[in-house]
Amino acid sequence: MGGSTLRNMRPVIVFAVLGLLFMFIAPQVLQLFTIINLTTAIALAVLALSLALVWGFGGILCFGQVAFFGLGAYAYTIGAINFGGSTWAILVAVMVASAFAAILGYFMFFGRVSDVYLGVITLTVTLILFSLIRRTSGPEYKIGNALLGGFNGVTSPPLNLPWDTRAFLFPEQVFYVAMAALILCYVFAGWLVNTHFGRVCVGIRENELRAELLGYDTRLYKLGIFTVGAGIAAVGGVLFCNGVGRITPDVFNLYNAALTIIWVIVGGRGTLIGPIAATFGLFYLTSALGGQSVLNNNLVLGVILIFFVLLVPKGIAPTLVDWVEARRRPKRSARGRRRRNGADRA
Amino acid sequence: MDLVVAVLFQLIYGIANLALISLGLAIIFGMMRVINLAHGEFLMLGGYTVVVATNAGVNIWFAMLILAPLVVGLIGVIVERLLIRWLYGRMVDTLLATWGLSLLLIGLVTSIFGASTGTTVSPPLGTIRIGDYSASGYELFLIGVTLVLFAAVYATLKLTKLGLVARGTMQNAEMSSALGVSTNRIYMITFGLGAAVSGLAGGLLAPMTGVLPTIGATYIAKAFITVISGGASILAGTAAGSVLLGGVNGIFAFLTGPTFGEVALLVAAIILLRLLPTGITGRFFRKSI
Repeated sequence: MGGSTLRNMRPVIVFAVLGLLFMFIAPQVLQLFTIINLTTAIALAVLALSLALVWGFGGILCFGQVAFFGLGAYAYTIGAINFGGSTWAILVAVMVASAFAAILGYFMFFGRVSDVYLGVITLTVTLILFSLIRRTSGPEYKIGNALLGGFNGVTSPPLNLPWDTRAFLFPEQVFYVAMAALILCYVFAGWLVNTHFGRVCVGIRENELRAELLGYDTRLYKLGIFTVGAGIAAVGGVLFCNGVGRITPDVFNLYNAALTIIWVIVGGRGTLIGPIAATFGLFYLTSALGGQSVLNNNLVLGVILIFFVLLVPKGIAPTLVDWVEARRRPKRSARGRRRRNGADRA
Repeated sequence: MDLVVAVLFQLIYGIANLALISLGLAIIFGMMRVINLAHGEFLMLGGYTVVVATNAGVNIWFAMLILAPLVVGLIGVIVERLLIRWLYGRMVDTLLATWGLSLLLIGLVTSIFGASTGTTVSPPLGTIRIGDYSASGYELFLIGVTLVLFAAVYATLKLTKLGLVARGTMQNAEMSSALGVSTNRIYMITFGLGAAVSGLAGGLLAPMTGVLPTIGATYIAKAFITVISGGASILAGTAAGSVLLGGVNGIFAFLTGPTFGEVALLVAAIILLRLLPTGITGRFFRKSI
């Protein structure tokens, strides 16, 4: 058990080491502006990772992962304003998002709603959070000392050192924190999908009835991975509002919900590194598109989404792995390859 | 007394509004068990059709009642032929493809008409008086249109040959195709009809809300949750979902202000789905259409 887990985690460790190298080299060679931009991309990559875990491995069609991301960001901001420091606020952010996911998940999984319903409910929750928080612009809407600010949002206090609430981190240091958090979340998710729990989740994804007949309470496993995923998304939210400096209700809008789905579709379901890589790729693509006005961002993303659903439904990373494996082992075992297609990779 | 009537009128209008924006979605969902995530954009296109046509000098009633459903219905048929029909049997992929379509349409309309409203049309009817209170005549008109629309869909499903075949396909697609029904054609027609009804709804609402490329997002949350709570029966489901959720929304909006009306609607729907996971018509009125 332990040995096989370690062997399966080899790709995770390789990518984690590459990430560490990047974390230490990037600030030496890149400009500060690029580093600040990268911090935002890293935050979004954590969000993509959380959906890769929930959808790609848990098989839960969550269209509203961005809701937990946004709730995490809001909870962090409000917590940090009230506590006067960021350490406990991070914990509050993760707890709020996970608790919200647990309650929502209880109603969905124990009600046994189907895939389509699940996707639509999570999306609806996100959109209603959007319209709810947009309306909170008056002075009467505040939590403790923090005004919610309607669609202008709230300015997020920067991270500080855990033992000194006045020692705020500089943007370059926030980059280190973000990158470290991404690597930690990635290794954690890579470990989780190789534990007994993770394997049962994958089993449920493949065939829920069979898993149930084997005696697993599939509702609990789904609720578990959904809640963990929400916690990871909240970590991304904390990093995001630190990278941008404020949090607005726009985080909950339809565009961002779609973006999260697109990262995972493009990167590939059933892998963790694919969606992370796709996030960075699309982040720079949309930034580049933002500089011109001929092609609208929505238009490009819509075309990308339709293209992948119709022509590359598995996403880039699994398709690449299949292609490499097919070349490496030419026609020796078509059946073996077919079997491996179902298996998961880092 | 007048206050009660005025409040009741608002409540009924809220329910009719919910039914109006959900019906097109419900037709497609009832038929294919797929939620069309581009539903909001079909509404948006209906609105743009009306605004563009009236600016070009077309009579507003003609634009709303004839042009908007025609244009959006045609778009629906084209979308079904080019996109949806490749994905039958792959439910999740259909959802994702319609989401891609939603982004694509928002992007296209933004590119053509710009990100903000140019000119708008105003509601063509004046106010009516209820004692000391006044209500919008146009809202009364919308309630009437919703009722007529429901009656029309009922008649189509119940009385025409197409409706019979469509109901058969809804109950058991394999069986009806074994009996010689071209289910593909039925799906195409239903998708077109669903889109046309959405276009009509979007066109009718355009004078009240204005048009924006992203206006679809303000409708879809409510439409989705209404259709899902209602369940698979097209008319009974939409009606039951609208009455229940529109009622909850209206009462909470009256008691606490509009901010929490939608939240109450959502919470009610989620609790409802915990008790009735296949919607109201999954348990009650199962034989209805």
